[in-house]
Amino acid sequence: MAHEHKLEIFRGLVKFKSNVTKIWGVLIFLTIVTAVEVGLGITKPEVLTKNYFIGMKILNWIFIVLTLVKAYYITWDFMHMRDEKSSLRRAVVWTPIFLVCYLIIILLFEADYIYNIFKTGYVSWNF
Amino acid sequence: MDSTVSSVSEENVWGGGNRPLGASYGKLMMWFFIVSDALTFSGFLASYGFSRFKFIETWPIADEVFTHVPFFHGNFPMYYVAFMTFILIMSSVTMVLAVDAGHRMMQKKVIFYMFLTIIGGLIFVGSQAWEWATFIKGDYGALETKGGRILQFVKSDTGERAALADFAAVLDEERITQLKSEGIWFEDESALTNFSVNEVIAGLKADNNIVVRTETISEDGEKILLNRAESLEKVNDAVRVVEGANLIRNEYGSRLFADFFFFITGFHGFHVFSGVVINVIIFFNIIIGTYERRGHYEMVEKVGLYWHFVDLVWVFVFTFFYLV
Repeated sequence: MAHEHKLEIFRGLVKFKSNVTKIWGVLIFLTIVTAVEVGLGITKPEVLTKNYFIGMKILNWIFIVLTLVKAYYITWDFMHMRDEKSSLRRAVVWTPIFLVCYLIIILLFEADYIYNIFKTGYVSWNF
Repeated sequence: MDSTVSSVSEENVWGGGNRPLGASYGKLMMWFFIVSDALTFSGFLASYGFSRFKFIETWPIADEVFTHVPFFHGNFPMYYVAFMTFILIMSSVTMVLAVDAGHRMMQKKVIFYMFLTIIGGLIFVGSQAWEWATFIKGDYGALETKGGRILQFVKSDTGERAALADFAAVLDEERITQLKSEGIWFEDESALTNFSVNEVIAGLKADNNIVVRTETISEDGEKILLNRAESLEKVNDAVRVVEGANLIRNEYGSRLFADFFFFITGFHGFHVFSGVVINVIIFFNIIIGTYERRGHYEMVEKVGLYWHFVDLVWVFVFTFFYLV
């Protein structure tokens, strides 16, 4: 079992003295990210809700990116993925990422198609 | 620390006994489980996305649904969910601390941190139960049209939501709950709503300040309001009163919204609950010294993986259900 821990986060920008201080450091980081998410969710700045990037509001892109950032630190530091062999890491991480991306892309395309049928086709559903 | 017994030399790749991934059997199996469970949750969330994109213009706005905080009255969008998120992250932290203390064979510390983790899990499950209860009870009430669309009501001067109780008229009607024992055997009615459709329509006609709020979302991301004339016209389509939520219909909007709420947060809540149960078992094992005798605390690490995974899933549920 891996007794030695890698104590650097942010690609070596922050280096902790012990595993315990690293855990608290990651907690602070995750709390800040969550606070930013909730703050943006409540205020909903117009700049971010009025502008779109690839068909989605900038605000939603920010939420998704911050979620992935949180997921990364939970997996890497809390689940000790940082200390595992790269082969285990790749097997666990890339398999779901590939499958989930595929699933999301086909489902959202299909949903958008149905949305257009409802909107422009001869289907009455809002009555 | 090997769970598998090896009698073959380490160089023999095909004979078993070597560990190419450098992790024990138990930990690997936990990772297997986590990957498959992650795909299950992805299925749920992706189908949520599917339904949402399908009804992108009429989907309920989560900020307006989850506005309650226990013991406080008023409109607090997201605060309580954010608190729940924080509790779960916090219990994840105490879990890592327990794992870390386990590596250093400090039994007392492991017990303490496991205890905190269990408490955090219980607070989370309790919060979720409370949120379900609030969601099921509902607070404003709405009408449902023939097409299954929801019509909500707004006070036009303040723009605040109007509850049915605020304006519905009291009519002298006799309404009897159709019970199986008294009615036709294949027709059964659930409990009657507090107001009938006629009472709501009569109340709307009498109160000039109330207008209908449709499901449709405008360009600005707000639900479109009808004017008085349109409102009085629109309520003629109404067929029933909806109060609160169940698996068939809900007062918040699209029927699928409540279904996904119950399935996704319910499935996650069940994971938290089973996580707490497993944590309790491990907690007692630590107290009676099972892992001291075994010589390592890997079991704590394994349940820790599961517990962090539950936290990880919540991070995604939080984003896709409540924020986006």
